[in-house]
Amino acid sequence: MGMKPSPYATKIPYEEKDNKVVGGRPNPADRSDAIDKVTGRARYAADYNLPGQLIGKVLRSPHAHAIIKSIDTSEAEKLPGVKAVVTRDDFPDMEVEHAASGELMVNFRDVTRNMMAREKALYDGHPVAAVAALSESIAKEAMKLIKVDYEVLPHVIDVRDAMKDDAPLLHEELFTKGAGIEPDPSKKSNIATRMESRLGDIEEGFKQADFIVEHESNTKAAHQGYIEPQASVANFTEGGTIEVYTGTQGHHVFRAQLAKLLKMDISKIKVVPAELGGGFGGKNNVYLEPLAAQLSRMANRPVKMVMTRDEVFRATGPTSGTNCKVRMGCTRDGRITAAQAELNYQAGAFPGSSLPLASITVFTRYDLENVLVVGHDVVCNRPKVAAYRAPGAPMIAFAVETAIDDLARQCGMDPIDFRLKNAAKQGTQTHFGPPLGQIGYIETLEAAKASPHMNEPLGPNQGRGIASGFWFTIGNDTSATINISEDGTASLIFGTVDVTGGMRSAFAMIVAEELGIPFEKVRTQVGDTSALGFNFMTAGSRGTAAGSMAVVKATRDAIHRACEIAARKWEVETDQVVWENGHARPASANVGDFEPLSLAQLCREATWFGGTIAGHAEINVAMGGPGFGTHLVDVDVDRQTGLVKVLRYSIFQDAGKAVYPAFIEGQFQGGAVQGIGMALNEEYIYSDKGTMENPGFLDYRVPVASDVPMINTHIVEVPNPDHPYGVRGIGEVPIIPPLAAISNAIHDAVGVRLLDHPMSPPKVLKALDEAAPAEAAE
Amino acid sequence: MQNLRYEAPETLADATALLAAEDGMARVLAGGTDVIVQMHSDLIEPDLIVDIKNIPELTEITKEGGAYRFGAAVSGKTLMLHEDFNKTWPGVMDGVRLIGSLQIRGRASVGGNLCNASPAADSVPPMIAAGAVASVAGPAGTRDVPVEDIVTGPGQTCLDKGEIVVSFLLPERPPRSGDAYLRFTPRTEMDIAVVGAGVNLTLDDDGACTAARVALAAVAPTPLLVAEAADALIGTKVDETALEALAAAASAACSPIDDKRGTVEYRIKVAGVLARRAAAIALERAGKNQ
Repeated sequence: MGMKPSPYATKIPYEEKDNKVVGGRPNPADRSDAIDKVTGRARYAADYNLPGQLIGKVLRSPHAHAIIKSIDTSEAEKLPGVKAVVTRDDFPDMEVEHAASGELMVNFRDVTRNMMAREKALYDGHPVAAVAALSESIAKEAMKLIKVDYEVLPHVIDVRDAMKDDAPLLHEELFTKGAGIEPDPSKKSNIATRMESRLGDIEEGFKQADFIVEHESNTKAAHQGYIEPQASVANFTEGGTIEVYTGTQGHHVFRAQLAKLLKMDISKIKVVPAELGGGFGGKNNVYLEPLAAQLSRMANRPVKMVMTRDEVFRATGPTSGTNCKVRMGCTRDGRITAAQAELNYQAGAFPGSSLPLASITVFTRYDLENVLVVGHDVVCNRPKVAAYRAPGAPMIAFAVETAIDDLARQCGMDPIDFRLKNAAKQGTQTHFGPPLGQIGYIETLEAAKASPHMNEPLGPNQGRGIASGFWFTIGNDTSATINISEDGTASLIFGTVDVTGGMRSAFAMIVAEELGIPFEKVRTQVGDTSALGFNFMTAGSRGTAAGSMAVVKATRDAIHRACEIAARKWEVETDQVVWENGHARPASANVGDFEPLSLAQLCREATWFGGTIAGHAEINVAMGGPGFGTHLVDVDVDRQTGLVKVLRYSIFQDAGKAVYPAFIEGQFQGGAVQGIGMALNEEYIYSDKGTMENPGFLDYRVPVASDVPMINTHIVEVPNPDHPYGVRGIGEVPIIPPLAAISNAIHDAVGVRLLDHPMSPPKVLKALDEAAPAEAAE
Repeated sequence: MQNLRYEAPETLADATALLAAEDGMARVLAGGTDVIVQMHSDLIEPDLIVDIKNIPELTEITKEGGAYRFGAAVSGKTLMLHEDFNKTWPGVMDGVRLIGSLQIRGRASVGGNLCNASPAADSVPPMIAAGAVASVAGPAGTRDVPVEDIVTGPGQTCLDKGEIVVSFLLPERPPRSGDAYLRFTPRTEMDIAVVGAGVNLTLDDDGACTAARVALAAVAPTPLLVAEAADALIGTKVDETALEALAAAASAACSPIDDKRGTVEYRIKVAGVLARRAAAIALERAGKNQ
């Protein structure tokens, strides 16, 4: 990750206790966001409208790779109703400067070029101009009047092609950097970075192996597929401040990026995060916000911009397409002796794929002595990749977990037993850094082994697959404020955007538990950037895990204040008052005989005894509590059409301790369904001109409800020792195993090994046809 | 789209006159599940929209002797709720039931599905297999056109300026007849056929096939009526050998393209597989229709 752990980062030891609210199953209708979403009252970014607003639209490159020789906007500006037009000339160029934006890093030099092309258009859909007009139709008319003179260049789409010596180069200044690159290369390349990490002696490991398996997998780019397209409304006032209403996973991070891109003070900008219609890492990056802000500044009116689905696919980050090579060896009795991987990841138009994250997940669930992981971050003429739920991990797990399956078969071992024999546990040394702490991987394997799913009978052409995954939980800056209202009810403001829709309820449960008041008496809201100190994004599975640390600290701060009021009333010291069951009580009989005071009673006394009861926390939460999961899937393969049907699916995952189990189960299911969709059908398809062929949900095939069975879930609970409620991040692990699990199930069903993603009907049928003569010959 | 005109005439004559008089782009609107989507996607910018849902002939389902006639703008959902039509033409309804989603079928019509002129339209192959004939009205009068002759290429029909499809006539069913339509899509719903196959057949008292029509979708620039595939069934008991011959003839008739939805090789192979599976269903249905 490149982030050094701070000695000042906050950890709170796990507190083993019987909870009254946390871990329960409140009525789903009491979920804080539920009713408004069902009735349509929830306000997403596109639901915001400001008086006098203009509509902004983006003109995008139709070419995959082209020099932008000139842009003439004069005719567009003359069209009645057009109030502003922006191009590269309306934004300052940026120096190379890296910053964290969710799980991936960004470079401001590239951010400004991605939001608005400068020297070159680097992918189909790359913005080249934006227009603000009185209506969408006028804006569209104006775009037709903008003349862009392109010099079309050869393009490169596939990662393997982009790595070749004679590949068209995207960036004139790009030389490969990183491990094992000495001396500095003299030849330009699309390979931005080479990474390497080692443990033990890989050659020696392979010498000890009785069996060796080699897998080369290829995966296509896949999009997060959030239902809500990006939308923003920006209002740049004559007073020099901006308000932005937008869909984001991190409004504070967006604010900082806007300040940089527009050369403004951070405090002059307010970003209001709207209800989010799905993010999955895809809303960690600014796209429309700076354009809307600049158009608003030039037009002196608010500007609203909403992407179409076509724009979302063509120009917002999908995950990397990849080429992965894995070589693993084990002894006859099933002990892995060597594990080697090469990860070649598309970054899209600018450096910075999910490679750094993917490379630490490669083998991290096994206890290994000899490891070599090499990775390349490669630019190509595609939209810049963004984070997508466990960024990069599903693709490398596809190669590794299928290799594990084949090794187990060669040893004649059950695939779960093989994994158990090699499973990581507390103290296992990782190949990228620290040894693992208290984790629950073995428990997920044991739960899978004991599950009724294992006993379900399989018919002809049906098979069962298993695969596991690992992801970490990041910490980082987190703030929260709790205000106790005059009637003793609680209002929590937090800053980790509720991208999942369950965080508000989970936090309400924790506040209720801490304060000793009913769940229904707690209101939780995401505060805008003016309400709280800096919050890092909701990314890296940190939302509930890290967010709740700040919530606990803020609530305990308010409790301290409540106890202080009781102490003043009783004329004792604050440390002589304890908080129990929603009441301030004397800590012991020696303190005095006072009637316990409820929160509502204390609120009535608050003014006299010093002021309103509130609490707050601004902390850097320590990274920790990694999550592990194991998936079981049964499939049916139609030998005549290659159609793979998912018959049965079960998830076993360590959640640390479940705060809101129904919400965790939903996360497990949602992640698995995204993984199933990716495994079977989702892929970016390009024409030979380098333009995207399927920028819509008709041909970018995410699963529909009838494509997936009910996903069974099993929450394993091995508490995170550094969290008061034992919480681990859970949102990302569930998307990691499905690709491999489904490939393993297809292999079990019909004996062919698929390593080319997606495992769509034509590919499965082709693999079956190619295997058929071989089978007949045997 | 700044000068879009919308008209909703109540007579056929008014509708055809409006369409004939428009100099710019005119589009006929029934359910709107293609036209509106194309407008939203900036694929078309019509100058005139003629909504035909207020014209009685376009929205009726009637019996003419033993034959069924239904209006081109009748929604899929209305057909789905017509019990006897479903019993008589289960294969046509297999196709109708695959159009879009339930919500879309509440608006979408068979006439629109045909006139959108996609080679992958799901209701078209079973209509062709059924021997459906379209009644076409225009400024010059009315003519009958077999459904298989309407689509002339992707997005192209044989309709002249001002002409609209009014209704479809499906012939009277002999006893021991059955039809079926299957499509292949990677997803169960909300998808477009990679391949589609419709089969309609009639048996005699001994179970021999006396008449058959086979139509394919998404394997050529237009939906195909494949006489060779029908010939493979006629005169047989629709046994294993006949089904093999049917599959081979269906595959042989394909001239598909490689595209984002499937490869040439895949479509040719699966066309045979689906034709065979559809014939088996049609056979079973025919056996039940004494």
